[in-house]
Amino acid sequence: MEDSARPENKIRVLLVDDEEGFVNVVKKRMNRRGMDVTTVTSGGEAVAVLRKNDFDCAVVDLKMEDMDGIEVLKIFKKMVPEMPVLILTGHGSEKAARQGLTHGAFDYLTKPCELPDLLEKIREAMAQTAR
Amino acid sequence: MDIKSYQTIRRAIFTIIILVSLTPLLTLISVTAFGFHTAYRSKVMAYLDQLVEKHALNIDTFLFEKLANIRVLALSHSMEELANEELLNHLLANLQEGHNDVFVDLGFVNEQGVQIAYAGPFKLGRADYSDARWFKEALQNRVYISDVFMGLRGLPHFIVAVKKRVGDERYILRSTIDFGAFNRLVENTRMGKTGFAFIINRETELQTHSREDISAFIPMLEKRLWGQEPDKLPPRNNDEDSWTSFAVQRALAERPVYHFTGKNAVTNKAAIFVNTFLKDNEWALVYVQDKADAFASLYAARNLSLLVLLIGGIAIVIMASILSKRISDRIRTMDLEKQMMNEKVIEAGKLASVGELAAGIAHEINNPVAIMVEESGWIGDLLEEDEFKSTENLAEIRRALTQIQTQGSRCKAITHKLLSFARKTDPMERDVDINSLITEVVEMSRQQARYANVRINTNLSDNLSPVTVSPSEMQQVLLNLINNALDAMDKKEGGLLSISTRMEEGFVKVDVSDTGSGIPDANLKRIFDPFFTTKPVGKGTGLGLSIVHGIMEKMGGKITVNSAVGVGTTFHLYLPVTPPKAEDGKP
Repeated sequence: MEDSARPENKIRVLLVDDEEGFVNVVKKRMNRRGMDVTTVTSGGEAVAVLRKNDFDCAVVDLKMEDMDGIEVLKIFKKMVPEMPVLILTGHGSEKAARQGLTHGAFDYLTKPCELPDLLEKIREAMAQTAR
Repeated sequence: MDIKSYQTIRRAIFTIIILVSLTPLLTLISVTAFGFHTAYRSKVMAYLDQLVEKHALNIDTFLFEKLANIRVLALSHSMEELANEELLNHLLANLQEGHNDVFVDLGFVNEQGVQIAYAGPFKLGRADYSDARWFKEALQNRVYISDVFMGLRGLPHFIVAVKKRVGDERYILRSTIDFGAFNRLVENTRMGKTGFAFIINRETELQTHSREDISAFIPMLEKRLWGQEPDKLPPRNNDEDSWTSFAVQRALAERPVYHFTGKNAVTNKAAIFVNTFLKDNEWALVYVQDKADAFASLYAARNLSLLVLLIGGIAIVIMASILSKRISDRIRTMDLEKQMMNEKVIEAGKLASVGELAAGIAHEINNPVAIMVEESGWIGDLLEEDEFKSTENLAEIRRALTQIQTQGSRCKAITHKLLSFARKTDPMERDVDINSLITEVVEMSRQQARYANVRINTNLSDNLSPVTVSPSEMQQVLLNLINNALDAMDKKEGGLLSISTRMEEGFVKVDVSDTGSGIPDANLKRIFDPFFTTKPVGKGTGLGLSIVHGIMEKMGGKITVNSAVGVGTTFHLYLPVTPPKAEDGKP
């Protein structure tokens, strides 16, 4: 891909989660680790942001107030099929997460997840897409 | 329901069975008995009627035959001939020869009642009969048969007399008839044990000799025969000239037979009386028999059916009693089972709601915990900045952050366990080689076991039937059991963990034994209850064995436990084998 062909560029991540406190701190920590993170707290907002901007990767929470994470995933995959999408899910909702895999998600992580795990998954996704 | 309700049910069932069974039985027996009774009774009565009628006919025939004999003599001989004793003797001898000595004597009497000639065994000579009733009756009528009476000779006899007219003179030819011969005719009318017959005249004097003392009957018979029902009585024929021809005709014709019931004065029991009239309605032939005797067969049949009814009734009552008890007991058992089932359902419902509550809380807690952990991570990130390098308490801040991270992880572990307990996923089941699964789990626990100074020993059977389970659930079951075993042995500073598999009772049986501290009896019953734990606060959630139990139940297996304090604990897992599939071998 174009973006991964320039490794010096920051990886652009769209983080979608309705828990504001969570997205804010994760954004700060990921930015510090050399990523360009945009956060939104609802599915509708996420779709609007994606329409205007390009992202290398998206991380979507399954449970949100306005829109189901799976719905967001489907829309994302329609809009930008080549963008990898990671799913965040609560423990015990793996079934829904696996369902997400069938709709084109790259992988899923159970919340609360450690930041290193999330970064690792993102890098994996980037490497996979670059191939 | 309380005991009384079951007793009510039992009584209702009992009553219904009794009614349903006994009603047709009673109806059937009553109808049959009534029909039989009526038929049999009328048959017996018809037979007795016939008997009485036949005997009356015989007696009438006897009487009129004797009368006819004397009449022939009177008509065929002249007055002079009959007055001749020698000829009279000759005639008597002829009669006696022809009639078995029934004729005792012959006498020829003139209008004044003086006997002109006599033939017979008695030396009567010229006896005077002018005051004798038979003489008077015979003079008045053409013929006469007397009642039985004690004659001049002091012996019971009766007289047959025929009037002979010679010009204006009237003579009577009479004969004494042997009482015994006549009596036999009547006395032979005997039936059963109590049946007997006798003849009485209008003055209710007994005309036959009877073995029974019938004097007690007389008042009753007087009313019955000639008193109460005069219309029943055939009119007496007093026509002088027509007597012989009509009387004989009537005697030989069918005669009315009457019956009535009364008390047998001899046996003092209820009896039936059958009577008819003979000798031109002057005599009545009466036959008496005790009802019990006459209807002996009927009563025997009745008693038999009563016995059958009694036995059948007792059998029905016993059966109804047993059956109603069984049914009510069954209902009671079913109610109890239902009640227990309800309690189980309620218990399960409670557990489920507790689980849902726990899951909800876990979900809610997850997010704040995640934020807390991330924020502490962020502080950690910021501490990398140079400006904090010189901070006095840097080391202490770092320690505090690590502690926050650690406790956050602990919260995560707890919520994960809670969610495992409560989640309603349907993890994919597939055919699993239970041995390799065990080997895998044992490998995972090897390191942990080493720390606890525990040796792990496996003894796995090669010929296990396949089981269809969710591998992850099975893994969770085994891990939980192994963790518990390791914990139990940790306290005792090491030990041996044995895992074995074999087939038993159609199940694949997995035994997980430890040589740990064991579980006290008091706790043994509760170990599968959710949130029950003996571990120190913070070390256990009390959900592990509860989850194991839930998983085993769900897959149709079971888990049992044996434990001895200080010796160790063994958990037995019974996994249902995969049922042979019908579609095997088909595309």
